[in-house]
Amino acid sequence: MKHTSKTKRSFLKTLTAAVVAVGLGGATAMPAGAAELELEKEELKFGFIKLTDMAPLAIAYEKGFFEDEGLFVTLEAQANWKVLLDRVIDGQLDGAHMLAGQPLGATIGFGTQAHIITPFSMDLNGNGITVSNEVWAKMKKHIPHQDGKPVHPIKADYLKPVIAEYKAEGKPFKMGMVFPVSTHNYELRYWLAAGDIHPGFYSKSDISGQIKADALLSVTPPPQMPATMEAGTIHGYCVGEPWNQQAVFKGIGVPVITDYEIWKDNPEKVFGITKEFADKYPNTTLAMTKAMIRAAMWLDENNDANRKEAVKILSRSEYVGADYEVIANSMTGTFEYEKGDKRPLKDFNVFFRYFATYPYYSDAVWYLTQMRRWGQIPEGKSDGWYHDIAKKVYRPDIYLKAAKLLVDDGVAAKKDFPWDTDGFRAPQSEFIDGITFDGKKPNDYLTKFSIGLKKNQVVVGADVQG
Amino acid sequence: MTAITANRVNNVLTLIGLTWFTPVIRMISGENPRQELVQLWRLLGIPVVAFAVFLGLWSHLAQQVETSLGKIPGPVGVYEEAVSLWEDHKIQREKEAAFYERQERRHAKKLAADPNAEVKWRTYTGKPSYVDQIFTSLKTVFMGFLIATAFAVPIGILCGLSPLFNAAMNPLIQIFKPVSPLAWLPIVTMVVSAVYVSNDPMFEKSFLNSAITVTLCSLWPTLINTSVGVASIDRDLVNVGRVLKLNWMTKVTKMVLPSALPLIFTGLRLSLGVGWMVLIAAEMLAQNPGLGKFVWDEFQNGSSHSLGKIMVAVFTIGIIGFLLDRVMQTLQGLLTFSDKR
Repeated sequence: MKHTSKTKRSFLKTLTAAVVAVGLGGATAMPAGAAELELEKEELKFGFIKLTDMAPLAIAYEKGFFEDEGLFVTLEAQANWKVLLDRVIDGQLDGAHMLAGQPLGATIGFGTQAHIITPFSMDLNGNGITVSNEVWAKMKKHIPHQDGKPVHPIKADYLKPVIAEYKAEGKPFKMGMVFPVSTHNYELRYWLAAGDIHPGFYSKSDISGQIKADALLSVTPPPQMPATMEAGTIHGYCVGEPWNQQAVFKGIGVPVITDYEIWKDNPEKVFGITKEFADKYPNTTLAMTKAMIRAAMWLDENNDANRKEAVKILSRSEYVGADYEVIANSMTGTFEYEKGDKRPLKDFNVFFRYFATYPYYSDAVWYLTQMRRWGQIPEGKSDGWYHDIAKKVYRPDIYLKAAKLLVDDGVAAKKDFPWDTDGFRAPQSEFIDGITFDGKKPNDYLTKFSIGLKKNQVVVGADVQG
Repeated sequence: MTAITANRVNNVLTLIGLTWFTPVIRMISGENPRQELVQLWRLLGIPVVAFAVFLGLWSHLAQQVETSLGKIPGPVGVYEEAVSLWEDHKIQREKEAAFYERQERRHAKKLAADPNAEVKWRTYTGKPSYVDQIFTSLKTVFMGFLIATAFAVPIGILCGLSPLFNAAMNPLIQIFKPVSPLAWLPIVTMVVSAVYVSNDPMFEKSFLNSAITVTLCSLWPTLINTSVGVASIDRDLVNVGRVLKLNWMTKVTKMVLPSALPLIFTGLRLSLGVGWMVLIAAEMLAQNPGLGKFVWDEFQNGSSHSLGKIMVAVFTIGIIGFLLDRVMQTLQGLLTFSDKR
């Protein structure tokens, strides 16, 4: 009863607000930032992959944030990241939930060439690395324990002897990641390399990414990860949720580390649209950014109070579709490693706090450095090049415009957004190997790694030259 | 009931494929009840018993297999999933109604502020329910089937009439006939993306991709059967045509088509069957929102309900395929001459 009267009241409130806004709009010329934008395109179709970090889209739809902006959005699950990107490029989708590396990779022409931009970062963290039961059993012997439980974070150092064992038996050690330019590929590589396991180089002529590799990485779509590992095709994988927790529930593998522990508060998915779309439909772009910011706020509101409701929505078959318990395991402030070893991990999924949705140039630069490190960018580039590409793809200007409209509407507070940043985060050092990343000096950063290309090195055949 | 009416009812029932009903009619019209009972047992009893045995075996064996998604659901589990899909359909309809209601309020507000404002109605943006997905699949398969028929029948007639043309077409038919839909789909996708460019497309690309793939795979049975049907036309008839000096068009419409019709229909039946089978695979890959995509999405969901829902889809696909075949059979019976009636 109480609930109904409350919703009714809030409904009336919105109604009056809207009526007032429309009235004003009719009386004077629309002042900048008032109520509804003049939309160039109102019917939109967005794609997503079945992962919990598509949540801002589902919430913006289900909570009516898109409709509040006058947008009629259809959300559609896509088969894999390649299909999703191609459909955004050829216009079948107006925009999509993308891997941070996808707009960058497409813009520099690694894989499909197209100018994709992102006005909105979707979340921080949210991935994990899982190994099969067999590998875990072998790894566990080397891991230090405290109170009968393994000490986290678990470094790849403990995986090294297992890989040596496989090598001695002449068996390849294979791991899955979701896409060549995925955050998962770079995180998995970072973790392996930090433990002195070579994840392999890409070169101009060989884009399998397995040159000199100790662990062979290959692509598997996220939802198929558990099944592929169960079939024995891969021995471990790096993927977003719920596919690590799914392995725990199914009893087919053990998550060993989350990306939060590899790089604290790393940027994860972004919302990608073509530059053409943003130029042709500027107000529509603003309106959808507004709606998604509101959704992100809702997800982190009142100390994650809405997460349970979000999980319920995500577990519906049209969104992520996995069981409620599986999704809830990682989205409500915990993470289960080995079965029964559930630990608090509040920031495993961050959607809004720590300015999570602001598209920082430095985030783009980090992904570009990793593309260079592993040879996806085959030749050395100047620091200026890194910054130019970052500014071409990441568009905080659009983001801040949308944020300002929300502040003017009274929906968001001024302190929620980083108005004065130059787009670069302060140097970050909370990586698993303790190396400091300064987005302003990408080349300098690359020289700090013992495994990886630096300066003007080039991979030719199976050798690194220069 | 007189014997004549009984006979008539019987003919209709046979036509639509309900042969098991015949003994019941006969019993009602007063023929030897014992003999008819035996007949009824053979036509209706045995299949029912067999199905019951199948259900029993299924529910027993399903218990034995432990997958990572839990046990394989038995008949009861699958029935429950079917019910939940129906419930979900009803919920979706309610959401749809609410969506239009919100839009109506929106328009009213807009019009109140400015009576000349332009209001546009948007179609519902929510997910398609299971029932919607069935209809999408049916629409797609018929689209593909119609295109296939439009090509296959005329080409088949030409092949049947002219041995020369037949010789020319034969290698092409033989090569393309065994190609799997999964091989066609990437090519179709690229061609459709390149050729079908419009700002306000009438059809979704995914719909066209699936439909054209269906066309490419379901073309062949109709084509081959038509050409055989036309080629094997009675020589006497051809001679009569020659004597009457019929022109080409009349010859085709009055002589060739009617006598080839039974075989053409056999071809069409086979084509529709193939099309329906192929469609599911095409939809999975083309992301056309029909039953194929439903199966794929559920597989990706990997929830504890997924296997059950996929099995509901398997039965739906089977039953619809069976009904389509029956419909074609009935049409064939209605439109062709046969000695039996």
